[in-house]
This record gives sequence, C-alpha cells and structure tokens, in this order.
Amino acid sequence: MGIYWDLFATFSKIGSFTLGGGYAMVPVMEKEIVDKKGWLTREEFMDILVVAQSTPGLFAIDMASHIGYKFRGTWGGIIGALGVAGPSILAILLIAMFFHAFKGNIYVEKIFMGVRPCVVALILAPCFTMAKSAKIRKQTLWIPLVCAALIYIMGVSPIWCILAAGIGGFLYGRFASK
Amino acid sequence: MIFLQLFITFSKIGIFNFGGGYAMLSLIQDEVVNKHHWLTVAEFTDIVAVSQSTPGPIGINAATYTGYTAVINAGYPQWAAALSAVMTSLSIMWLPFILMISISKFLLKHKESQDIKNIFSVLRPTIVGLLLAAALMLMNVENFGSPTQSTFVFIVSLTIFIFAFIGTRLFKIHPILMILLCGLAGLLIY
Repeated sequence: MGIYWDLFATFSKIGSFTLGGGYAMVPVMEKEIVDKKGWLTREEFMDILVVAQSTPGLFAIDMASHIGYKFRGTWGGIIGALGVAGPSILAILLIAMFFHAFKGNIYVEKIFMGVRPCVVALILAPCFTMAKSAKIRKQTLWIPLVCAALIYIMGVSPIWCILAAGIGGFLYGRFASK
Repeated sequence: MIFLQLFITFSKIGIFNFGGGYAMLSLIQDEVVNKHHWLTVAEFTDIVAVSQSTPGPIGINAATYTGYTAVINAGYPQWAAALSAVMTSLSIMWLPFILMISISKFLLKHKESQDIKNIFSVLRPTIVGLLLAAALMLMNVENFGSPTQSTFVFIVSLTIFIFAFIGTRLFKIHPILMILLCGLAGLLIY
C-alpha cells in the first residue's frame, strides 16, 4: 500500500501545480522524482522525457505511467497516471459545474500574470541541470543548439529532431566509434 | 449515442496526438467544434483560457470540459454530465497508456543493450534542445506582456522571470514554492 499511496500522492502534487501543462511539468517532476524521491536518476528522467515526447499521448501521463510501472508494474502505472490526471479532472469539473465566473475573475488573472513568466523561467532552468547529465561537451554542444534552432526558428516538429538524433546515435555507435 | 461518440472521439485524439499540449488543441478543435458541434467556437476559446489557469495537462482539461458541456447541451442531467466528464478524460488516456506501458516493458528489459545506450546518448542532448526551444517559444506577449503597449507589465514580468530563474538555479527553491510566490507577487503588484 505504501508505495502506491506514495506514487499517487506525488503525482497528484505534480498534477496540481503544473499550470499550462506539458513542459511546465518538467521542472516540478525533476525536483520531486529525481531530487526528492530519487525514483529515477537524471539520465533515466531524460530518457523517459524523450520517449514521452516521441509517443502519442500526454507527456505527464506518459511519465507517470512509466515511473509507476517501473515500481509496481501495470497497477503502479495506472495509479501514477490517475494521480497526475485526478486534480485536473476535479478542477475542471468544478469549474464547469459551479464557477462560471472563474475565467473572468480579476484576482485569478492577477495571480496568473505573476505565474506565467515564472513558469517560463522554470522551464529554462532544467536545461542547465540536464545539460550536465547529458554530458554535453564542446564537441556535442551543437546538438541541443541546432535542435532548438530548428524547432524555434524553422518550426520543425520535435519528432523529426528526436528521430534524427536516435538514428544518428545508433549509426554512430555501430560504425563510427569502433 | 453521445457517450459512445465522446469515447471514440477522445480515444482517437489521445492516440493521434504527438507532442502534447498545444499541438493537441487544434486536433480537439477540429473534432469537437467543426465535426461534432459539441461546443461553439466561443466555448472552445473558454476552455483554452480556463486550461491556462488551472492545473494539469491541457488535453485532459479540454476532455473534461467537453465531456461535461456536450452532455449538458444535449439535455442530460448534471450527474450524467459529471460522469461523462470523467469518462471522456479517461478516454483520452487509455490508448497512449497501453502503448507507454509496452515501451516501458521493452526499455527496462533491454536497458543494457549497447544500441539502446548509443541511441539515448544522443537523445539526451536533444531533449535539452527541445526544452530550450519550448522556453524560447513561451517568451511571448501572452506570458510577458508587450513592451510598447504596457511597459509596466513587461518590466514586472521580466523581473519575475529573472527572480524565478535565479531562485531555482542558484538557491534551489522548489518550483512549487516558486509558482506560489510569483502568484502572490502578481496579486500584490497588479
């Protein structure tokens, strides 16, 4: 029971505090799962990020199911996924049912004007901790930079970057590093 | 049968969505507004706005809201709509979940494979690039305000951004605490 509850509680916490979804979950997950709980090493965390990014479905659900699965098989996965989705379902349901005024609320808007730039900073910050774990050196610094430029400037889908990098890594390992 | 249609549509959205979040919104809009007329364009815009100010993945938010509103609009009572909201949210999750569990199984089994190790050694720097691109794309008018239209909001946003970045990087402040602090700052300043 202990680990199930721990999985559920941790992922509920992650689900409750990620506003805007997607990448906003990364810094909170990194802190909770890697730094606090030690459920994954930073390398493992990044590996799952890549997998979650290149498979269909929601990022957060993918992450939660993988981590849950790693500890307690399929049930662990289900508990993790429900944990991360639960607060969100509840919040929207309550808003849809009772609080039609929520979206136009001036105080809510004020709070979010403060939170939005903060979330951008929170997404930027893990780039540096992860760069260390990814063992980015002078020779490999071009990989994240080219990848970010392709996506940001040229509008290339991240999927293509992941695909190219995966094939590149496979071929490099097979032929070039011998 | 609206419940079955919601289930099928959101299962489809779940499995055909790559990249998550905002990429999902256009897909949802196409199905929910253009094809099935479950929501009006205005109601859909509301979902996007509400999603940005509520916790959780946007896909789940949209699924919950649509599941509820579509059933209410069809004339069902509130309890049926609430049930439909939960059902629709689970519809978007179940197929990707099964896929992810299969991938997890595979990865945990072949962790020691040299090919897998090589692939991930290049994928790890790539994910850093992906995150960097995501952060850059979010540095926009919606999140920071416009420097020409309202200089005050822009400067406050920039200050919060720098403060949050230094706080998490150098002082290792927990991101959740950081979000709460910045929300409080917004409430007090604006």
